[in-house]
Amino acid sequence: MRTIEVHDLQKTFSSRQGWFGARKVERALDGVSFHVDEGETYALLGPNGSGKSTLIRILATLLLPDGGRVRVLGRPLPGGEAEVRRRIGRVSVDAAFYKKLSARENLLYAAQFYGIEPTAAGKKALGILERLGLEPRRFHDPLEEMSRGMQQKIAIARALLHDPPLLLLDESTTGLDPASKREVQRFLEELRAERGTTILLTTHDMDEAERLAARIGFLARGRLVAEGEADELKQEAGAADLEEAFIRRTGEGFAPAAAGEAV
Amino acid sequence: MIPAFLRPLWAFVFRDFHLTRRYFSWVVVFTFYALVSSATIALIGVAAGDERLTLTLVLGVLLWSFLSAMFQEISNSISYERWEGALEYTFMAPVHRLTHLLGVSLFAVAYSVVRTIVIMVGLLFFVHLSFAGANLWGVLVASVAFMGLGLVAAILPVLSPENGAQATNIVQGVLLLVSGIYYPVEVLPAWVQPLSAFSPATYALAAARKLMGLDRPLSEAGTLAGAPLGAVTHELLVLALMGAVLVPLGLWIFGLVELWAKRTGKLKRTG
Repeated sequence: MRTIEVHDLQKTFSSRQGWFGARKVERALDGVSFHVDEGETYALLGPNGSGKSTLIRILATLLLPDGGRVRVLGRPLPGGEAEVRRRIGRVSVDAAFYKKLSARENLLYAAQFYGIEPTAAGKKALGILERLGLEPRRFHDPLEEMSRGMQQKIAIARALLHDPPLLLLDESTTGLDPASKREVQRFLEELRAERGTTILLTTHDMDEAERLAARIGFLARGRLVAEGEADELKQEAGAADLEEAFIRRTGEGFAPAAAGEAV
Repeated sequence: MIPAFLRPLWAFVFRDFHLTRRYFSWVVVFTFYALVSSATIALIGVAAGDERLTLTLVLGVLLWSFLSAMFQEISNSISYERWEGALEYTFMAPVHRLTHLLGVSLFAVAYSVVRTIVIMVGLLFFVHLSFAGANLWGVLVASVAFMGLGLVAAILPVLSPENGAQATNIVQGVLLLVSGIYYPVEVLPAWVQPLSAFSPATYALAAARKLMGLDRPLSEAGTLAGAPLGAVTHELLVLALMGAVLVPLGLWIFGLVELWAKRTGKLKRTG
């Protein structure tokens, strides 16, 4: 069964400089098609501005597509937002928290959206955080006093509080120190093995994509230029590693996108 | 113990309570400033040696303190979430927008009531107040209509991440001007006066003044002669009608703006 189905997805953004400036149109997604099977981990690789976050936002019901077909957990988008929101977890590159609130308060706030009883939510969150290597005593500290790595671990705990069958990870390990990154990656592997959670992750990190994902898609300038298993992608491009394969297939490296390019 | 179906609603009250607790020094500063400015207004009546004027001014500052705090909490709720960087998280949470905005409004009402009580107690240190004979029931009826206005204004920060929060202050300022908080609306220039008919505060004040007996002579005992609730039926009906129109209208407009924001990508944290 397919957990995510995307066909010919289109998304453009337009903006105007000042009140009377010329309208600038940016094509963020240009006919993207792919699918993710139930229980599979799929990685989207692409530089900044390639459209990864736009794609995740559409799947997370935060953006409306301009064209194409999207189904998440069997529900069409737009249309099935209510059901999809109940059954997905999302971790974004910027851990979206109330920084003055403690980890406990942030997590209990989130748990109540899913009708989870506070004591059960607290216990569950602590269990996840311990597995991610966070000391339980930090549970009561305000988020603003925590490192980015700790905040990301709490974001992961929050995304898993309601046992979602689908996890959307948008550059969730970007900026983490190597030890924290390994802890998160190990946890994601365990999660897939224990619960069969389907994971769609976007990343710049070739090693992470290769380690976690069964299949990888190359996204460049809003287009999915190649997809397959890591070895297939390298073999097809005649490359020694994924980065080289990416450069050969897309003609670009992992430098940030210039202004005006897709987001 | 909160029933499971009410937990999503309670989540917003829980969040706003803890945020208020964590930003308590700000709350103290804002409340202190509101108290001081309220006292300076009330003392104008004391200086004039006119107890009725003093009570009229005190009623104005208390009602405006309550309504403006509630309006500000609701209309700025989206700005707060944008500042915190949590707007996208809230908009992808599995809660109906009605639940979201009701939760925000519920806390806003509770917060505004407590803040107004604190200001009222503080005013007792500056002016002698006697509400004996006043009918205080119904003074808070305006809150529902103001909630609706707050919901309509809450779309401004969604429409414009850069200027929306400032725009809500303009709406609040216009309400303060046209509602006759400290003066009868009849003293406004003729071209402004028609606007007062559209502000719930105009009717809330008119009703409150009647209920407190500020529009009639003192009783033989020298106390206020507050009118019964029946005397403000017209104002209460207008307020109820405004609430019945503005709350659903606010939610409907909010829904339209949310769709627009999802089409244009305006929910994004940085806009």
